[in-house]
This record gives sequence, C-alpha cells and structure tokens, in this order.
Amino acid sequence: MSESAGGSQDVTRAEVCVVACAEAWRGDGELLASPFGTIPSAGARLARLTFEPDLVLTDGEGALMANTPGVSGPRGELLLEAWLPYRRVFDVVWSGRRHVMMIATQIDRYGNQNISAIGDWAKPKAQLVGVRGAPGNTVNHPTSYWVPSHSPRAFVEHVDVVCGVGYDRAASAGESATRHHDLRVVVTNLAVLDFETPDHAMRLRSVHPGVSAADVQRVAKQYLSEEQGTTGWFVPTPQAGEKGS
Amino acid sequence: MVGELRSGMTIGFGGWGSRRKPMAAVRAILRAGIDDLTVVSYGGPDVGLLCAYGRVRKVVFGFVTLDSIALDPHFRRARQEGSVEAMEVDEGMFYLGLLAASQRVPFLPTRAGLGSDVMRLNPQLRTVVSPYDDREELVAVPALELDAAFVHLNRADTSGNGQVLGPDPFFDDLFLGAAQRRFVTAERVVAPGELLGEGPIQTITVTRLLTDAVAQCERGAHFTSCAPDYGRDEEFQGLYAKSAADQESWRSFSSKYVEVDEAGYRAALRELSETSRSSGGAG
Repeated sequence: MSESAGGSQDVTRAEVCVVACAEAWRGDGELLASPFGTIPSAGARLARLTFEPDLVLTDGEGALMANTPGVSGPRGELLLEAWLPYRRVFDVVWSGRRHVMMIATQIDRYGNQNISAIGDWAKPKAQLVGVRGAPGNTVNHPTSYWVPSHSPRAFVEHVDVVCGVGYDRAASAGESATRHHDLRVVVTNLAVLDFETPDHAMRLRSVHPGVSAADVQRVAKQYLSEEQGTTGWFVPTPQAGEKGS
Repeated sequence: MVGELRSGMTIGFGGWGSRRKPMAAVRAILRAGIDDLTVVSYGGPDVGLLCAYGRVRKVVFGFVTLDSIALDPHFRRARQEGSVEAMEVDEGMFYLGLLAASQRVPFLPTRAGLGSDVMRLNPQLRTVVSPYDDREELVAVPALELDAAFVHLNRADTSGNGQVLGPDPFFDDLFLGAAQRRFVTAERVVAPGELLGEGPIQTITVTRLLTDAVAQCERGAHFTSCAPDYGRDEEFQGLYAKSAADQESWRSFSSKYVEVDEAGYRAALRELSETSRSSGGAG
C-alpha cells in the first residue's frame, strides 16, 4: 500500500490504516489489545502511545511489554512487565478483558468471519490457518477485524466457515452467545465499517482520505460479475455525508 | 519410546505452531512406519510432516501454522486432496479438552464454539445447560484422550521431571496428563535435583508424575524454535516448505533429512550450514 492518500502528499494509505486501526481501541482503557498483522500491531501501539495509555500489549511470545517499541523491532529494546503464557491468555479471553483485532479472509454482512477454509470444509479448495481462537474470542470479548484488501473475495454474502461469530449467528445461538458478543469495527485498505444499524448489518462508517463511497461500492458491485465467477455480493450501507477516518 | 506405539493410535504432540515441537520423535515415528494416526496438536510441522508421509487418518487441531510462514503446505495439500479427516475446534476448546482428559472428567463447559461452525463441522459436540438458576447453555468440550503424548523440553532429569527455560510452557503438561503413555525428550537430561542449577523452581513445569520415559535429544525440536537453547532455523524451515512444491523436491528433502537416523540428520544439517556459509547464504 504505497499509494499516497488524496488530499495530503505526505500521508500514506498505510498510515491512514494504522490510525484507523488505533481508533478501534479508543475508549477501551485497561485491557489486553491483541492485534494480528503489521498494520493492526502498529495501530495498537499508536493507540497506547497517544489516547489509550493503559492498554496492555503482548510481545507475541509469553510476556507483556512495559514499553512500546516498534513492530518487529529488535527484542533487545523490549522491557517486559509481566508473564502471560498462552494458557493464561485464555483466562484473559474468558474474563472479557481483551479486544482483539483479527484478520478476516472472508467476512459477511453480519460480521461472520472465516480463516479456516475456502470452499467445502470437508475437502477445501484452499485450506487456511484454522479457526484459531475466533469462535471463543467473538462470544467472550470485543472483536474487530482487519481486511488488508477490500475486495469481493473478502466481502461475501455468506462465509464458507463461520469462525468468528457474527451478530446473526450469535443471536440464533442464544443468550450465552450474545451476552458478551461485541463486534466493533472492520478496518480495510479503503474504509472503516461498523455494525451500528438496527439489525447489526455492516455499514460503511467512513472512507479513507482519497476514497469515495462510490469506490467502495464499485468494489462490491464487481462482485456481481458472472464472468468473474463470483458467487455472492455485498454492498455496505453508506452513512450519509461522512468522510475520512 | 516409539517401540510402544501402534498404528491407529491417537497421539498428542506438545509445543505450539513452529515452537518447541518434538521433531526428533516425529522423525522416529516416521521411520518406524506407524500409520493411521489421529494427531492431536497445536499444529506446526509435526502435523505437516506426518501428513506428507500419509501417516495420518485424522488431525485434531485449532490451527496449523509455521509461524514465520503462515501456512504449512504439506498439511494444506493433505486437506485439499481430502486425504485426512479433521476435527477442527477453537484453541481454547482444545485446551479444555486436554484439561478434561487430564482431570478424568467427560467434558468441560465454555462459551467458545457457540454460534460458530465448529458445532456444525463436529456433529459429535454437545451443549450442556447450567444446573444453576442462570440456566446458561454452554458447549461441553469432550475430553481429548490420548493413547500417547510426546513433548520436547529444554531440560529433564532421569526421574522424569521436566523444565522449560523458554518463555512459554505451552500446554505440554496437559498433553502428558491426557495420555496413557507419556514421553519426554529434552535437550539435556541431568541427575535428579540438578534442574535447579539450570533455572528457578517455577521453570520445572513437568513433574515425574506425568512422565513414563525420558530421552536426551539434542536439537530435538529442530527446525522449530527451542528458546533459549536455539531459535527457529528459518532457512531449514524454508526448505521444508519448498519441498511441498513437487515430487522431486519432496524426494530430495525426505531422503536427506527424514529417512536418516539422528546422527545422519545432524550430519546433513552440518553439511547444509557449511554450504550456506560458503555461498554466503547465512550472511
């Protein structure tokens, strides 16, 4: 993402995305921020260095960082504040004191996310990493998503495997699933989307500088193209008159 | 250790992704010709290698990754060809399954899994309703009982106590606790009482109550990481991943690095590191 954002020559799109990711943790106070991917990781660090100084961040191994070194900086710069091996991460997940930003390979209108497999799960067209902690994360604590490429392949009518639980699926699973279910935002290379609609259908919250709502819809509409072999479609509901992230 | 295994067993492997995997044990299993295995793992190249040799009937997993390489190509191929069955669950459900087996209870409850396709893809999974006034419906994660488990630790003693000097003990003690036969390999095996000379008491996370046999196995996690003894061998991991490209690459990799005994393996690694030094590859 080296293209520069329109309107300002010295801000890159990547930087805009980092800021948009950082905003996901605004208001969270003292909880474990768990970003996946370079841009969300930079975003979580930016949030802690500016408006959310109490956020807790891991070093990606078994510890929490007291300082905030750069993403993939030398480990020698790390100052650690506490031990948090993976088994204890689950204690944090199940206590609710965490806000994760996971990657979504596929995501649908109600925020169901797939990182398991493309196609038929029994014999996938493409095996991905696996459900990981997505089922547990989404019914236990706030969850946001990062979609590096806002495309029809990512935004689908129905995901092939529901890993992260969306609003519709949580509702149909009952009160135990909805009690702590809280999807926040979906940040992409083009826009920020959220679920602040009456039925929690995803809506376009803002577009990044240099992107228009029409650009986002154009990406979605390409999905209707039969010649591209696409199978579903998704047009986010734009929020009138809002720009920037 | 491997002599006690039989085809068709359910075997758990400790570690996480491409970290502290009992790779020497995996190679020994491959050499012993044991197959039709159900493999239970926070998956890394242990899963991939066993799949590449067609020894796996079923994989029980929440993920399979090489960490610095997102996906294991051997595992991917096996899944995409439909040659292995899968039980795919949330990472936390996996933890509770091992814990339930360790504690000899049939299940443990959790919210994890509710509303997700984990419930659809594993029709054997059930929910349970809280007997208390809240009446919450939760997933009842079944005990993940293992016939055998292998873990690789930094140190162990001859009585079977085990020590993790790296940042994370992962779930190794639970793999051992969930298994009938419990095997520990370690970078170094010392006399009882000497582990305290290696690190503080809190690093001795495996007690001899959990182990049946111990073997010293230097670089027994290679090419996965075994901090602080050694990091992941990224160059070798790259070779492993590339060996999935075609038959020829795979034959070359497997004959040089898998179908050899441990002495042969170490010799092949020495040769690799000399080649890479002389070509400037390690620079």
